[in-house]
This record gives sequence, C-alpha cells and structure tokens, in this order.
Amino acid sequence: MATKSLKDISLDGLWKNNPALVQLLGLCPLLAVTGSVVNALGLGLATMMVLVGSNLSVSLIRNHVSDAVRLPAFVMIIASFVTVAELTMQAFTYELYEVLGIFIPLIVTNCAILGRADAFASKNPILPSVVDGVMMAIGFTVVLVLLGALREVLGQGQIFGNMELLFGPSAADWKIVLVESYPDFLFAILPPGAFVGMGLLIALKNLIDDRIDKAAAAKAAPVEAGSKRVRVTGKIS
Amino acid sequence: MALLTLSSPHTHGPNRTSRIMLTVALATLPGLAVMTWFFGFGSLINTVLAIITALASEALVLKLRKYPVSFFLKDNTALVTGLLLGLALPPLAPWWITVLATSFAIIFAKQIYGGMGNNPFNPAMVGYALVLISFPVQMTTNWVTSFQVSGSDVAGFTDALSIIFAGASSTADAFTGATPLDQYKYLISKETSDELLQRNTFNGWLNGGWEWVNLAFLAGGLFLMVRRIITWHIPVSMLAALGICSLILGWDEDLYTPLSLHLLSGATMLGAFFIATDPVSASTTPTGKLIYGAGIGILLYVIRTWGAYPDAVAFAVLLMNFAAPFIDAYTQPRSYGHSKPKRGLKPGEKS
Repeated sequence: MATKSLKDISLDGLWKNNPALVQLLGLCPLLAVTGSVVNALGLGLATMMVLVGSNLSVSLIRNHVSDAVRLPAFVMIIASFVTVAELTMQAFTYELYEVLGIFIPLIVTNCAILGRADAFASKNPILPSVVDGVMMAIGFTVVLVLLGALREVLGQGQIFGNMELLFGPSAADWKIVLVESYPDFLFAILPPGAFVGMGLLIALKNLIDDRIDKAAAAKAAPVEAGSKRVRVTGKIS
Repeated sequence: MALLTLSSPHTHGPNRTSRIMLTVALATLPGLAVMTWFFGFGSLINTVLAIITALASEALVLKLRKYPVSFFLKDNTALVTGLLLGLALPPLAPWWITVLATSFAIIFAKQIYGGMGNNPFNPAMVGYALVLISFPVQMTTNWVTSFQVSGSDVAGFTDALSIIFAGASSTADAFTGATPLDQYKYLISKETSDELLQRNTFNGWLNGGWEWVNLAFLAGGLFLMVRRIITWHIPVSMLAALGICSLILGWDEDLYTPLSLHLLSGATMLGAFFIATDPVSASTTPTGKLIYGAGIGILLYVIRTWGAYPDAVAFAVLLMNFAAPFIDAYTQPRSYGHSKPKRGLKPGEKS
C-alpha cells in the first residue's frame, strides 16, 4: 500500500478509480445538484475542501485511534469540516449556499469521503493522503461539472449561467446562450436526466478504457510478420 | 420444371415478426385515417416524421453496434414504434417533440437494453412519457379542438406543415386546445355535467371526433384479434377494470369523468389494443395477461381521476411493465406431465 507512488495515486483519483465514475460513491449529491455548472462546481469545491481536510486529519491521527472507534472518529472529523465548509459558503457565497441547501450539510454522508478516510488515509502517511484527497476531489468535481454542463445545455440551452453566485458580479456575463428561446427540457433538469447523463459518462469512460486497452494490447503483442501458419496458439519462434 | 423435394418440417410461416408488425401497422390505419379526417393533416405528418426518425435511429444504432442494418430494419418493429408514437402525440406537436420522443424511444428504451425483444419497457411509451414530462405545455395544448371539426376549417395540409415545422403559433392557437378528458377534469368542479357538455370541446355525443377515433382503433384491435396477433385477455381486462372503476367510484357525472368519456376519449382504445399488448414488454401467461391488463385499467383510472395528468396510458403501461416479469413468475400454467404448476422462485433459486 505504502509503495504506491504519488503519480499512481493521482491517476487513481482522476481516472482509474474515479469516485464518481468507477466507485460510484456520493451519487446522491452528484445526481441531485448537477442541474447547472455553477451548482456542480460549488458542491465540488465544498466536497474538495472537506475531503482534503478529512484525509489530512485522519492521516494525522491514524496511529492514535483504535480500530474499534475509528469510524465514529472519522465521521466527527468529516462533520467538523463540513460545518467549516458550510460556514465559509454562508460567508462568501450566500446565494449559492441557499441554492444548494440541504446538500451542503449532506456532504457528511457522502460515502466517497468516508471511503477515502477509511480505505486510504487511515493507512497512509500525510503526503500521500493529501494528494489522494486532492486528486479524488478533482476527479469527483470534474464529473460533477461535466454532468452539470451536459444538463444545463440540454435542459436550458445555455451554459455557465448564474456564475456570479460563485465568482462575484463580474462573472454575470459569462453566460453563453446556445439556443434562443429554448423550451426548457424538464427531463434533463430533473434527476432522471442526471441518471441518464451519468450512464452516458460511464459508458464514455468504458469506451475510452477499451480503446486504451486495445491499443496497449496491440503494442505489446505486434502481429508476427511473415508467419503464414494458422491455428497456432502462442508465439511462433 | 423445378420439382424440389423439401424435407420436413413443412411449416409455412405467416407469422414472422415482420409480418406481425406489418399487420399491426395496417390495423392502425383506420384510426390514423379518422384522426386525419377530424384533426387535420397534423397526425399524418407527425406519424410519417416519427416513422422516418425511428428507422433512422434504429439504423444508426445498429450500425454502431455492428449489426446487419437492413436485416433488423426489415423486422418492422422500429416502424411500429414510430407509428404508435406518431399516433399518440398531439396532432400539431412541433416537429422536435416528435423527433426527440422517437429517437429516445429507439435509442434509449430499445437498443440500449439490447434491441428487439430485450426491452423491459414499451419503447413508444418511454418516448411519450419523456416528452410529456419534459414539455407539459406543448403536449397538452396542441390537440385540435373540435369546434372546427364539423366544418371545413380543420388545419389544412400547408397549415399543419407550417405549425409543426415553423411553429406558427398564431395560426395554431385557432385550432388547438386541451383534450375533452383534460377539460372535463378541470372544469367539472366549476360547472355541472350538462353545462360542460355544451362546450365546443365536447360538441355533443359522437360529434367530437374523439369517439370516432377510438371506435376506429377498436375496429383495428378487433381485426388484430381475428388475425390472432393479440389475444383478448389484455384489452378486455383493461377496459373492464377501467369501466368497473368508473362505475363504482365515478358514477356521479357532476363530480367525475363519465364512463363514456373514459372509454371513448383520450388514448383508451389505442392503449388497450395496440400499446398494452406489446408482445415484448407485456405479461405473457394467460392469467398474467388478465392481471396485467386489469392493473393498467385501474392505474389508468386512478391517474386520470386523481393524478396531475389528463391522460395516463403511458404511465399506466410503464408501471405495469415493471410488474410484468413478477406477474409472469407467479402465473405460470401447469405444464404437461406435472400435477402442479411451478410458480415463483424458492429461496436461493436462480431464475
């Protein structure tokens, strides 16, 4: 476990073991709040703050907490960080906090965070744990934002709407209206659309993985030139 | 002279999938003709558009899945899905609703589950439910109201074309409105039944168009039964359940939609004979079909009466599609040589 390089940890978080696409953890906020890019980004950043903080703290106390009480301890840590994130959002992005509502406190129950604490941070030193937290959170946020963008485009015919909620008044004109007088496509705005969009993203990831595997296999075992024999398994010498 | 000696089995196969589907398509034609007569060319245009979209989406996905395209297109299942959707959608629905519903039906409801014969839900109804949930306004106000019906000023061919493709809403408003089911449901709390039936939408018994549309679909359905494409179980139990619910719970016409409107308005007959009887997603055992049909009838009544939507064939059928495998597992008939039928699964047993 400890032999994993930082590069591998990063690759795991971003792609191979992506919390949203592969572990399928934290689906509740993922599906509920990805109606637009700004909601998705807001929740992604809050999750990132909590995940990095909890991974760091859990890693710090990993040798001092007995196995029997580790989960309550982890949940306490996560809940504290969620409260911090909640208060931060209330202070700086109050409107967005109002929009996201219950899903900010619900980050406590995001199983991706507890999962990383228990599966990684409680067994690894501080630096790998923090890197793991950052990369997992980035992987999660990227999926959130992609899904948010997909649903905003399909649902409302626009993208980057209401960005001023997160980036201040100067971001109000970031909105790009793709189709004028677009009839709201409620299916994409409501949670069922998130399920379908999520399925499509997972399918896309599997497709890319498949392509990579095939390319790698072709590279690893190039076709023997000159061999005309068929029905032969293995390498021809 | 070619005297071929053919070996057994000497089956002649009139009931191949393509033939069955073509017969189903044929049986909808009276309904389509009556709809065109009463509601103008909108139904016809949307049906053709839906069929073209269905075939194109099917071909696209088959190509992506590296299946033989023409072989699977020739089984006519995509054609029937498109046709049923075209009939179910409002006659003057804008073109993108038809295209969206049909392509979603074929790509997501049918091909993603594995193509013909593997879809747990009726594809046409999945497409319909998608657009009904997404665009409630366009889906409930683009029906042709019947005050033009008796006269000659039903939307003509060019009118219908411009409304559907160019969204000429100013002309559309003159022709369109809610269905009789919709109107009755929302106005009955304010008026008595007699007052309500004086309104243009209803236009008296057998004058409104809807009754004739439903009777035409009934005729098409009976034709399918005579050709033994469908059995009597599902339509009869569905209509009976709907009728019984309506008689017991909604006998007061000043409070609830009357039985005649339930049976001969909206998509009742189309649903009973063409949609609920889908051989793939419906229940398949005789007892199961009776339960399945009755379930649709009850849900249809419940959603129509107390739900938010004026008509409910799509939701009722989709909800019972969920239940169909379960119903089938518990209604297996006794097979020859066994004294008892094998029903359900024992604990730990795999299906």
